Amino acid sequence: MEKERVFVVVIGADQKGIIARISTLLFENGANIEDVQQKVMDGTFVMTMLADVSGAKVGLAGLRKALEECGAAMGLTVMVHNEAVIKAMHRV
Amino acid sequence: MTIGLEEVFETSGMILFNHFDIRAVTLGVNLKDLAHPDHLRLAEACRQRLSDWGGRLVREAGEVSQALGIPIVNKRISITPAAWLIEPCPEPRAAVVLAQALDAAAASAGIDFIGGFGALVQKSATAADRRLMESLPQALATTSRLCGFLNLASTSAGINMDAIARLGHILKDMAGASENALACAKFVAFANAPEDNPFMAGAFHGAGEGDCALNVGISGPGVVRAVVERHPDCDLTMLSEIIRRTVFKITRAGEMVGRELAKRLGVEFGVVDISLAPTTAVGDSVGRILVAMGLEQVGAPGTTAALALLIDAVKRGGAMASGHVGGLSGTFIPVSEDLAMIEAVESGALNLEKLEAMTAVCSVGLDMFAVPGDTPAHALAGLIADELAIGVANHKTTGVRVIPAPGKQAGDSVDFGGLLGRAPVMRLNTFSGEKFITRGGRLPAPVLALKN
Repeated sequence: MEKERVFVVVIGADQKGIIARISTLLFENGANIEDVQQKVMDGTFVMTMLADVSGAKVGLAGLRKALEECGAAMGLTVMVHNEAVIKAMHRV
Repeated sequence: MTIGLEEVFETSGMILFNHFDIRAVTLGVNLKDLAHPDHLRLAEACRQRLSDWGGRLVREAGEVSQALGIPIVNKRISITPAAWLIEPCPEPRAAVVLAQALDAAAASAGIDFIGGFGALVQKSATAADRRLMESLPQALATTSRLCGFLNLASTSAGINMDAIARLGHILKDMAGASENALACAKFVAFANAPEDNPFMAGAFHGAGEGDCALNVGISGPGVVRAVVERHPDCDLTMLSEIIRRTVFKITRAGEMVGRELAKRLGVEFGVVDISLAPTTAVGDSVGRILVAMGLEQVGAPGTTAALALLIDAVKRGGAMASGHVGGLSGTFIPVSEDLAMIEAVESGALNLEKLEAMTAVCSVGLDMFAVPGDTPAHALAGLIADELAIGVANHKTTGVRVIPAPGKQAGDSVDFGGLLGRAPVMRLNTFSGEKFITRGGRLPAPVLALKN
């Protein structure tokens, strides 16, 4: 199956269990994590996970909703960006 | 090259904090083949076709927004100019019946606005064009999602002063026929109207278009404002560079949305309109960009130059990002829809004369501004003629969307709510140009039109 990759972006206050919870959710939904980056920027915790979601059981819309709810439970903002869009915007 | 965390986060921030979205996906639909002498049959055929396309557009736009992770705010349809559709209809009420059928189609499909209820009369008008013009007050006052336009001038045809003089009276009727003159907010008078503009009120599907085309209007005043505010001290050469780079990014996203949506709908991808379109949301303001550049208020000396810099930088970034930039592709400066513009008018920093000067470097013209309700028809016509002359002489699109606010005087304001915002009533020069307007005729095309 052709890859469909997304960036999962997590923004908010650093706390225990962020990577564990997000990655567990991705795993349980059949997504494969290919890269993780994290950094504190201007006092805000920012993490991106590059994940292949072509095998996602609930589809991208369902996965986005689950991730947003998971983030909200920890007081975090979670966004999901299509990798192709990010590449088009940031590479000539 | 790997995408860095900062780059991904920059995109998140545009959407989360700076109102970046796709403002409009507008599907142009040809209706020429449905023209028929029986106006009821014409109206029903149009309603059916647009309900079908509208439903598909709304559904697919929702899916593309999910797949690409970019909000799409408005789903719209533009149609063949309605005057062409009623050419074979002798029935005087044909235009109003058609207008109501178009509005019904938009409502049933969940389409925000449907544009194209208009005519191209830059040189002269057919009988059907005149019937459509006269129907505008009733058509726009009895519908909620329909938008109208007239193209009254072009660089190659000149300016149709007979039609402009008549429009002054029609605008008065439109204002009187609807609460708060709302019908006037859904109508624009153009010079050099583009045939692929995705933005309302002036969208229509022109003569050179195919059966369908998907056009996209991006929106990024908030994104550009944020980046300008982050660079308070750089010189203007660098500021242009910074804006150009930012507009490149948002245009690329718009182009991706447009191409994907067109593919799913099975129609041609038309253009990306790179216009910066403000909303009434705090910060999503073109006026705030000008203030961030260093003006105390919009209207201060330097405003026209600042706007010229802004739109040039927008075009540079947009043209690099997309091979099909079209539509209006300028900077919108609607008074009622931009909080910084409202502030500038209310503080006295911005008057109508300066606003007109700004439109000489900004494609869209005098937009969403109110004048006193007792403004005579000839003064409205004169205002429109002046603005369209700027477009004709400069080989560019200009438009006028004016609200003669019933019962209001300069200093009052008229509140439309929602996207249309609140318009402070501006003072209009009260010296008369009536004799000039009532002469009628056609201003010849400028010599610069003779290029062959």
